[in-house]
Amino acid sequence: MTRFNAFNLLKNALTGHKNWTEQWPDSQPKAEYDVVIVGAGGHGLGTAYYLATQHGITNIAVIDKGWLGGGNTGRNTTIIRSNYLYDESARLFDHALDLWQNLSQELNYNVMYSNRGVLMLAHNVHDVQSFKRHVHSNRLNGVDNRWLTPEECKEFCPPINIAKNARYPVMGGALQERAGTARHDAVAWGYARGAAMRGVDIIQNCAVTAIRRNADGSVAGVETAKGFIKAKKVAVSAAGHTSVVMDSAGVRLPLESYPLQALVSEPVKPVFPCVVMSNAVHAYCSQSDKGELVIGSGTDQYTSYSQRGGLPLIEHTIAAISEVFPIFNRMRMLRKWGGIVDNTPDRSPIVGKTPVPGLFVNCGWGTGGFKATPGAAHTFAWTVAKDEPHPINAPFTLERFRTGRLIDEAAAAAVAH
Amino acid sequence: MLLIHCPYCSETLPEVEFTYAGEAHIVRPETPSAQSDADWEGFLFLRSNVRGPHYERWRHLHGCGRYFNAVRDTVSDKFLTTYKAGEPRPDLSTLTVTQK
Repeated sequence: MTRFNAFNLLKNALTGHKNWTEQWPDSQPKAEYDVVIVGAGGHGLGTAYYLATQHGITNIAVIDKGWLGGGNTGRNTTIIRSNYLYDESARLFDHALDLWQNLSQELNYNVMYSNRGVLMLAHNVHDVQSFKRHVHSNRLNGVDNRWLTPEECKEFCPPINIAKNARYPVMGGALQERAGTARHDAVAWGYARGAAMRGVDIIQNCAVTAIRRNADGSVAGVETAKGFIKAKKVAVSAAGHTSVVMDSAGVRLPLESYPLQALVSEPVKPVFPCVVMSNAVHAYCSQSDKGELVIGSGTDQYTSYSQRGGLPLIEHTIAAISEVFPIFNRMRMLRKWGGIVDNTPDRSPIVGKTPVPGLFVNCGWGTGGFKATPGAAHTFAWTVAKDEPHPINAPFTLERFRTGRLIDEAAAAAVAH
Repeated sequence: MLLIHCPYCSETLPEVEFTYAGEAHIVRPETPSAQSDADWEGFLFLRSNVRGPHYERWRHLHGCGRYFNAVRDTVSDKFLTTYKAGEPRPDLSTLTVTQK
């Protein structure tokens, strides 16, 4: 695989860009691996990458039923932030944010990380109190976040309507300047290339139909569309389909799968300098480098695997966007889509071991998994390699739903991820 | 948009009149104090999360206000049937998609 640098770019430019090599081979499964990772999204590919680079394990297969990065990795609204309320979450998401800073250099792949800032708007007294609590909690945890007055919000992001008589008046906002966006596809591609370069097999269009266990209960391997693959360890990162896969191993998870929708507008000139989230009206918005507004909202109300979602939610979201940013109310939308997100009851992820020896799970990221990709993959790889929790992912166990040590971001934190 | 048949109003109405209320047929334990931690985990947090026909509760919030049960295919989002609260689970083999 060719390393990307100025010299190689120039060399290939002179030969008409006809000599670039493939970024990763289209692998076929071998009979046996040390680690099989189910799900070739950012989390699964990242886990393979860190297993190879940090733990010296390279006999790995990453298996996906579709194409790599075609699930929630390619369907999210690319927002990255770490302004979570609780200590455990702040550590996990800020670890990810630290890794985002140099990810392009590390992967030799431009993931287009842009720390343009994430501004969360407060529309009522409760929002103000709750966000100020977040700001204080974040600062105690060393996470960057600060409070802006309505005028400062307007200065930071001019399209916001701060009129006193607005339908959703802006009473201030919490700004995390280190937060921002990244190119979601490039994250999957960069990790895939980095992992494949070190010998990891990436097997696409090969659904894992079941996890098979030995007589002693430990994991034996996976049944796939291309036959049985033996594995010493199996790590599942299958987002909305995790509970379906894990059911076959006899592990029940506290997950429910919901559609989460997003949509983009026609491309326009740069007009929107940051990411704005508005939890009270359930809408968030940023502008991609192509110029499209990228808009997202909350999940649909019912569980589903349809990857579509319903139009009432889109209407609700667009109504809110039009009120908060009146300049966009004639903007035409180009397309909308849905991804299936796996929500836990406390809206915090489950990362770690399972009751089945050799079987690991990284799931429950719900509506906010993209931002955590490097941090989740990095700590999950540690857990898979050493068969023990990483200090950062240790609180995010499956057992917490039995012991009651929940990390209840759902009730107190930023709801719309 | 989903079109949902309310078994009390006997009308098929748009999704926006209804709210989803989670998996159906989850019965609160008769003797809560006798439950183990594992039982509580199951009751509070573990759901079937079926890919396929799913027994679930809906509430006709902007109508009669009553809760009822439904069977919906979570892959196609099409309803197989709706029935009143308290009625037994319909047999899946007798159900076909009624909604186009």
